[in-house]
Amino acid sequence: MLKYTDEHEWLRLEGDVATVGITDHAAEQLGDLVFVELPKVGATLAKGAAAAVVESVKAASDVYAPVDGEVTEINDAAVSSPESVGTDPQGAGWLYRVRLSDPSQLDGLMDEAAYRAFVG
Amino acid sequence: MTADTASSLLQTPLHALHQEAGARMVPFAGYAMPLQYPLGLLKEHLHTRKAAGLFDVSHMGQIAVRPRSGDLADAARALETVLPIDVVGLKPGRQRYGFLTTQGGGILDDLMIANLGDHYLLVVNAANKAAGLVHLLDAIGTPCSVEPIDRALIALQGPGAEGALARHLPAAAEMRFMDARPIAFADGEGLIVRAGYTGEDGFEIALPAEAALALARALLADPEVKPIGLGARDSLRLEAGLCLHGSDIDLETSPVEAGLSWAIPTVRRRGGDREGGFPGAERILAELADGPARLRVGLRPEGRTPVRAGAPLYPAGDAAEPAGRVTSGGFGPSLDGPIAMGVLPSALAVPGTQVFAEVRGQRLPCAVVPLPFRPAGFKRS
Repeated sequence: MLKYTDEHEWLRLEGDVATVGITDHAAEQLGDLVFVELPKVGATLAKGAAAAVVESVKAASDVYAPVDGEVTEINDAAVSSPESVGTDPQGAGWLYRVRLSDPSQLDGLMDEAAYRAFVG
Repeated sequence: MTADTASSLLQTPLHALHQEAGARMVPFAGYAMPLQYPLGLLKEHLHTRKAAGLFDVSHMGQIAVRPRSGDLADAARALETVLPIDVVGLKPGRQRYGFLTTQGGGILDDLMIANLGDHYLLVVNAANKAAGLVHLLDAIGTPCSVEPIDRALIALQGPGAEGALARHLPAAAEMRFMDARPIAFADGEGLIVRAGYTGEDGFEIALPAEAALALARALLADPEVKPIGLGARDSLRLEAGLCLHGSDIDLETSPVEAGLSWAIPTVRRRGGDREGGFPGAERILAELADGPARLRVGLRPEGRTPVRAGAPLYPAGDAAEPAGRVTSGGFGPSLDGPIAMGVLPSALAVPGTQVFAEVRGQRLPCAVVPLPFRPAGFKRS
């Protein structure tokens, strides 16, 4: 199941663990990425709080946690090759995996069609 | 950008060209300006360092200062009452860097001034052009006419700039760094100067709107020349260690604190034949003689995390109070790492000193380094 937030993140749910990244639309808007900072494995995320940071040459942008939960895995390749987050944000450029503490939080998120309509 | 926002913004003579090139336009100092083109900021930056980049800087202010007496020396003396530099000694066909100072010894604006034989041309920052014009009219409007010139300004920067420009304007190849040559275009007078804001060899060409569009199109037909947006303009100037007014220099920062003392010659300092006589001279001359309390520095963060403008700088990882702050910072594409400039107390403003920038609650070690971050490619001879 693929979900999107209005903060331009995507979540792919497998069981109770969601893989999270930024959308291709967000990556295009941010431009070339030069630095990625991810949460630590085991960190507790609160929905709406800054969980990661992606930085272009010009600016730093927070990536907000789309749900509450515990970080189970991070994508080291995104840190070592920040450009991969820009070029393949919904594939190799995923950011982290989180075990959801409240799966009902997914209900408020958009599906693919709704997100495409949202970004116009 | 909404249509309403767009309609209230001024457009430069190259607006259509930006749109054709697929630029992402942003509001900047009241103008719709290209932030970046489809090539992207990183590649635009690297292309300028390797070949040639074309910049639309038509938003900048061009101001002609003419002596009412007809004697250029009168305009030079008048300009020296607002600029702490050597205007009297600036030869015809030459340009130099300067700044308008405030009564408190800060910087109202930084600018380029060219001697064009019968008048001076000042090129001032877009955001300050109204303030600069008012200041000049107040201060030197009696001995001089002070008139803004409404025309385009394009910059061609990079090691390939001379070759690309000389195909259209052969005079370019004969010029050296800071030469300024008037040039006639079909729709009016223009000017070429060999200077820029990237640390590369290059040119700035002031010219009428139609000629600007034609020249820009002709230059862009050359595969060596790519259009470059304001984003890369900023990362290029940061690597070159050049100040951005409003960030690294401002109404409070003195030219001495900003490391711009080189622009204030002996003749304007204490004991010089034309000592002082400009706004803020008391503070500026004292700082030149005794050293400033703080200084602009280059900073190389030790890790990969970019350190950006506004980040406090601490003298130690556990220091309670910041000693300074970052004034410009980001990522240097040609250095493949984070770079920044900031202000520090003079005792800490020594290359090799370690300071700590606070970013998202973490204290990141940064080395104080000499500026520029990379050597300039100017054609000085």
